[in-house]
Amino acid sequence: MTKLIKDTTRRGALKTMAGAAAGAATMPLWARFAQAQSSEPIKIGFQQHSTGIGAAYGRWYGRTTEAAVKLINENGGINGRMVEIVAEDDGTDPKRGAEVVEKFATQHNCDVGFGTLFSHVVIGSAPRAGELKLPYFVVSEGHHVASGMLNRYTLQPGITDVKSQVQAMAPYVAENLGKKVTMVFPDFAFGHDHRDFFTAAIEAQGGEVLEHIAIPPAETSFTKYFPKIPRDTEVLYHVMVGPAVLTFVKELGEFFGPSRPEMFGFIDSLEAVAIDSPGLEFLEGTYFWEGMPRHAQGDQSEHDKFYRAAVGVNERGASVSDPTDISTYAHMFGCWETLYVIKAGMEAAGYQGPGDRAALIEAVEAMSDMPESRAHPQGAKVFNGKTHQVFGHQYISRVEGGKLVKVHTTSIEDTFYPDEVDYTTQPL
Amino acid sequence: MSETQRILILHGGLLVLLFVLQFVLPAYHHGNLARIMVLATYAVGYNILFGYTGLLSLGHALFFAAGMYGMGLTIQHAGFTPAPALLVGLVAGALVSGALALLALRTAGVAFMIVTLMFAQAGYLTILYFGEYTRGDEGFVIQQAQRVLWGIDLSDPTNRYFAAWGLFGICLLISLWLVRAPFGRTLVAIRENEERVRMLGYDTFAHKLTAMVISGTIAAAAGAFYGLLFGYAGASFASVQYSIFPLLWVLLGGAGTVLGPFVGTLFMFYLIDLSSGITTAYMLIAGVVLVALTLFAPQGLTGELRRRVWRWLP
Repeated sequence: MTKLIKDTTRRGALKTMAGAAAGAATMPLWARFAQAQSSEPIKIGFQQHSTGIGAAYGRWYGRTTEAAVKLINENGGINGRMVEIVAEDDGTDPKRGAEVVEKFATQHNCDVGFGTLFSHVVIGSAPRAGELKLPYFVVSEGHHVASGMLNRYTLQPGITDVKSQVQAMAPYVAENLGKKVTMVFPDFAFGHDHRDFFTAAIEAQGGEVLEHIAIPPAETSFTKYFPKIPRDTEVLYHVMVGPAVLTFVKELGEFFGPSRPEMFGFIDSLEAVAIDSPGLEFLEGTYFWEGMPRHAQGDQSEHDKFYRAAVGVNERGASVSDPTDISTYAHMFGCWETLYVIKAGMEAAGYQGPGDRAALIEAVEAMSDMPESRAHPQGAKVFNGKTHQVFGHQYISRVEGGKLVKVHTTSIEDTFYPDEVDYTTQPL
Repeated sequence: MSETQRILILHGGLLVLLFVLQFVLPAYHHGNLARIMVLATYAVGYNILFGYTGLLSLGHALFFAAGMYGMGLTIQHAGFTPAPALLVGLVAGALVSGALALLALRTAGVAFMIVTLMFAQAGYLTILYFGEYTRGDEGFVIQQAQRVLWGIDLSDPTNRYFAAWGLFGICLLISLWLVRAPFGRTLVAIRENEERVRMLGYDTFAHKLTAMVISGTIAAAAGAFYGLLFGYAGASFASVQYSIFPLLWVLLGGAGTVLGPFVGTLFMFYLIDLSSGITTAYMLIAGVVLVALTLFAPQGLTGELRRRVWRWLP
C-alpha cells in the first residue's frame, strides 16, 4: 500500500496554524454554551389576549404573570433556573392562537405554553399543543378541559371551571334568594353553559327556572326582553358580558324601578369595570359570584394581602398606580396559581428540558391537595389528575354601598361533579 | 420559449419548490407554510370571483364555513370518516354558493357587496343559533382519531403538509386552466365590460353564477381542509373578518393573477407574524404597509411584476 505524502509548504503550515488558532478561539464560545445548557432559563410561552375582545383580561393576566415570575425568580427560579416569559399576542382569535402555540413549540423552543383565557382560543389551540406535545396550561374557567374535549397535554390547574362554579351557586341561591329563577344569558356557548349547568343544579335543590331568556350577541338594547320575565320570578340570574352590560343594568333598573326580584349575577360581566360606576347603582343589594373577592374583605387572608401587593392592586381591586384601572380580580389569580403549579410540577419531575415534558404532565396529574398559601392565595384547591381540572372554593358577594362584601364561601365539595374523562388513559 | 411553456414552468416550478421546501424548512416555517397553502387556496377561490369576474364579495366566509362545518358536523355527529365528510363540505359549499349566487347576482356593485355581507352574517348567526350542534362561538375539536384519511394521519406534520400542498396544487392548476380557457376569458370580458359581452350573445348571468359556484366550492374546500388538518371548527371562521381576509390577500398579491393569492397570503401571514414580534401595535404596521402597497403597487405584488417585467403572466 502506498501512502501519498504531501510536501509541507510554508503556506500550508500557516494555513493549518491559522485554522487551529481559529478553532481554539471559538472554544470558549461553545464551551460556554455547553455549560449554559443547564443554566438556560425555563421558557414559558404566554399566550396573551393583548388585542381583540379579551384585551382587558389580557392586560391583567400579563401583570399577574409578571408579578408571579418576578417572585419565583427572586426565590431562585425553578430547579435553579430562571423563568423567562415569552409573550405572544393571539388577538383573542382561535386561528392565531393555534399559530402562537406552534410558535412557542417550534420557534421559541418554550418548555410549556400557558395563560389562555377565552374558551374558543383554548379549543382552537389545544389540538396543536397536543400534537406538538407541548404542555399547555390554560387559565380559562371553561368546561372544555374537564369535559374530555381536549387532550392529555392540556391542563387547567389554576382556576375552576364554569360547571363547578355554577353548580356551587345553586344551594345558596335556593336557600337565601328564592327557588323560582329566571335566567338572562348571552346566546352563545358561554351563556349556554350557564343555562344548562345552573338549570340542572337549581332543580337538584328543589327549585326551577321559570324562563330562559337568551340575548343575541350583537344586541345593544334589552328593554324588549324584560316583559318576558315572569311576574312570580323570585331571582333574576344574569350573566351578560361585553360592553353592553352597562346598558343592560341601566335598562333593567328602569324596567323594575324600586320593586325588583332578588338578583344574582356572575362578576364576569363586570370584570375591569368599577362596581360604583355611574349607571350601576341598580346593582346595590344584588349578589355576585366572584372567583376571588375583588374588594379586600374584613377577614382578608395574609396570602391575599401578599398577592394583592405583589401584583399592584389596591383594596378596591384597582391598580395602585391608577385607581380607575380596575383589575379582573376574580380570574387573574389563575395565572399566578398556575405558574406555581408549573413550578411545583417541574420540581417534582426534576424537569431539565423539553425531553421531560411527559414527566411534567405526569407530575401535575399526580397532584391533589393544594393548601391555601402564597402560591394559592385564592384558597385551598383539589386537583383531579384524571380530568386535568382543579376544584376550589367559590365566593358570593353582595353589593353594599358600592362595595362587594363577601357573604358566602362554598365548600370545595360543593363544586365536585362526576368525572367525564380520564386523560391518563391517553398516550403521552 | 412559447408563452404556454413559460407559464407551465413558472407555476409548475412554484409547486415543485413548495414540494421540496417540505424537506428543508425548519419545523415552525414548515407548519406555517402548510397553513398558508390552505389559506391561499381560499384566496385562489376568492380570486376567481373577484380578480377575474370583477365581483367583489364580502361574504366568502360563508362558503369557507360551509365547507368547514359540512365536514366537521358530519364527522362529529354522523360519525363520517374524513373522505365522505370532505365531500359533504364541498357539496355544502357548492349548494350555499349556488343559492347565494341566485339571490345576490340580481344585484351589482355596492348592492352585491352588501347582500353577500348580510348573508354571511346570517350564516354566522345561524352557527351561533344552533349552538347545541355547532358549540357556537366556542367551536369543537376534531379529534386526532377522526382525522385519519385512508389510513393517513392528517395530524402528522408531514402528512398535513402534503395534504395542504395537494389541495393548493389542484386548486392552483384549476384556476390556471380556467382563466386560460374560453370560459375564463369570458369572465375577464365580463369584468371589463359586461354590457358588451351580453351584446355579443353570451349569457353573462350563467357565467357569473358558474364563477361564483366554482369560487365558493374552492373556498369550501379550503374550509373543510383547514378544519381537518388543524383539528378545529369554530364560528370565528364564519365572522366578517374571514370575508375580508381573502380580499386583502388577493389585493396584496395581485387581483386577477393566478399566483397573486398565494403571494398575498404568504406576505400577509409573515407580515403579521414578524411585526407582532416587534410591537403589540402590529396591526398598525400591517396597516401602514398595506397603505404603502396600495399607493405604490396598486395592482398588488404579482400584478406589479406583470406590469413591469413578465407581461405574459396569467
